[in-house]
Amino acid sequence: MIPGPRHRRVLVAYLVAVAFLAAAMLVSALVGAADLNPLATVAALADHLPLVRLRSGLSPLDQAVLVQIRLPRIAVGAMVGGLLALAGAGYQGVFRNPLVDSGTLGASAGAGLGATIAIVYLPGAGTAAVPVAAFAGSLAGVAIAYLAGAVGGAGTATLLLAGVAVSGFLVAVQTYFQQRSAQDLQQVYTWLLGSLSGATWQQALEILPYSAVSVLVVLLHGRRLDVLSVGDEEARTLGVRPGRVRLIVVAACALGAASAVAVSGLIGFVGIIVPHVVRRLAGTSYRLVLPLSLLAGAGFLVLADALARTVLSPAELPIGVITALIGSPAFVWILRSTRPVRT
Amino acid sequence: MSAVEVRDLAVDLDGTPVLRGVSCSIGSGGWLALIGPNGAGKTTLLRAVAGLLRYRGEVLLDDASTRSLTSRGRARLIAYVPQEPELPPDMTVTEYVLLGRTPYLGYLGGPGRGDREAAGRAAERLGVSGFAGRRLDSLSGGERQRVALARALAQEPRVLLLDEPTSYLDIGHQQQVLDLVDELRTAGGLTVLSTLHDLTTAGQYADRLVLLHEGGVDAAGSAAAVLTQERIARIYAARVTVHADAGGTVVTPLRDRQ
Repeated sequence: MIPGPRHRRVLVAYLVAVAFLAAAMLVSALVGAADLNPLATVAALADHLPLVRLRSGLSPLDQAVLVQIRLPRIAVGAMVGGLLALAGAGYQGVFRNPLVDSGTLGASAGAGLGATIAIVYLPGAGTAAVPVAAFAGSLAGVAIAYLAGAVGGAGTATLLLAGVAVSGFLVAVQTYFQQRSAQDLQQVYTWLLGSLSGATWQQALEILPYSAVSVLVVLLHGRRLDVLSVGDEEARTLGVRPGRVRLIVVAACALGAASAVAVSGLIGFVGIIVPHVVRRLAGTSYRLVLPLSLLAGAGFLVLADALARTVLSPAELPIGVITALIGSPAFVWILRSTRPVRT
Repeated sequence: MSAVEVRDLAVDLDGTPVLRGVSCSIGSGGWLALIGPNGAGKTTLLRAVAGLLRYRGEVLLDDASTRSLTSRGRARLIAYVPQEPELPPDMTVTEYVLLGRTPYLGYLGGPGRGDREAAGRAAERLGVSGFAGRRLDSLSGGERQRVALARALAQEPRVLLLDEPTSYLDIGHQQQVLDLVDELRTAGGLTVLSTLHDLTTAGQYADRLVLLHEGGVDAAGSAAAVLTQERIARIYAARVTVHADAGGTVVTPLRDRQ
């Protein structure tokens, strides 16, 4: 009998990923502009655990900072990071290409255009309109790219090229709107660079349903993505319909990435570097890469946000700057240390 | 009763007729080899039977049309090993052979004990269990071919389609692989449809040859009947001698010395 997956290695991988996420969350809860007593903060956090009753000694104001500012930000950051990393891993499986992520198919450009239009033309609607417009723009970008690339029953390369073309077009339109309204430039740029500074519990709840569907559907397709790695033709002789798997996974990833983008703006590189690090540490089977990317991506973004809040404290760096500062060198490292991809 | 019957098959590729009016059949446990010059349509016929191409005409399995089969249903009956199987470099032999169980898994299910046993049997029969933990990009040409066959066998198919199973192998490994396939069909009741470009080898291993030429069947039958000097000269524009001995029908190329 052929042995099953090496259970111990799998278990260790999950434990490491969960521990990383937990540590990132704890660190993030302890640092920030308000100087909360670390011990009291830990006690206050423990107090929220079931069966634990602790008097933290935090002042009501500190309590509010922790529960109403830091914790929702950690929750939203974890969701955004997890979704972006999972979507990146999913896209990489669909396209059998390690360099694509959730933005490749027009999602980021579409979200940027949606947010820019909302900022420029719906100033009255305030902050409520931007996430909705970004969400819709992101999904529309992917849909246009998919429809453009799927014409002629083409393969993954055509789909990717269509994504590049659609992204380029949408960015051009976005730039046009942005330049017509110079007074909004600052706000548009701030959004484009991504930030978790406005994170609330409400945001977390609003994207929860879409996130849950996305995560569930993508995770359930790990084995099918493994089958796709033998190529479309052989996958078909194994009874898998590559076009259908691709459509389902792309749609689910697009939904997750759109949810993330709606509350955080454009945060790059998470979807590329996290799945790659996971692959190097835990192997390439998508049944492992997908869930581990979800966990590691969540931890990575929570940590990046902690850095964004503390490096220039009390000022904040856009989190997109942090992920790109870490992401770009990491990307080069990946390019240099992995074997060329067969195309 | 024929295990596989191809009836009046026609295939167009990119608007060009590639196969026209092809009919042939293989009895259960038989081995039919498709031979013919480059571009005759051998691989196309194989891919049509695998369900990878649109075709007109019929492909019957045990007298039932394969058109009504679902892709999963077809994958349980027919396994296909292309000329250059795509082996994901980072995958282990074990993971790859297990992929052969895909048509038996539910949409959301994973391989269970029975699947791992079936994959293990396939790996055992092809002699690849000794290096089950190795990555696919570390294998030699002969090992790769055996691993690809093991994956196909893990599908527990009734029909095995092989496109040039020996094209990248030296003569010793060619014989090893072909002997293995022969063993699988005689011991396991597998029906084999393969392309083979080497005429002598085709005649030695297959019990029936179909010679394709310009998209149609030029001749079909035993090696002795199909492999004649006149026919090979006409179709391949090749100078050969053909003689029969204990080893079968041997086709020897001749060099035309000036």
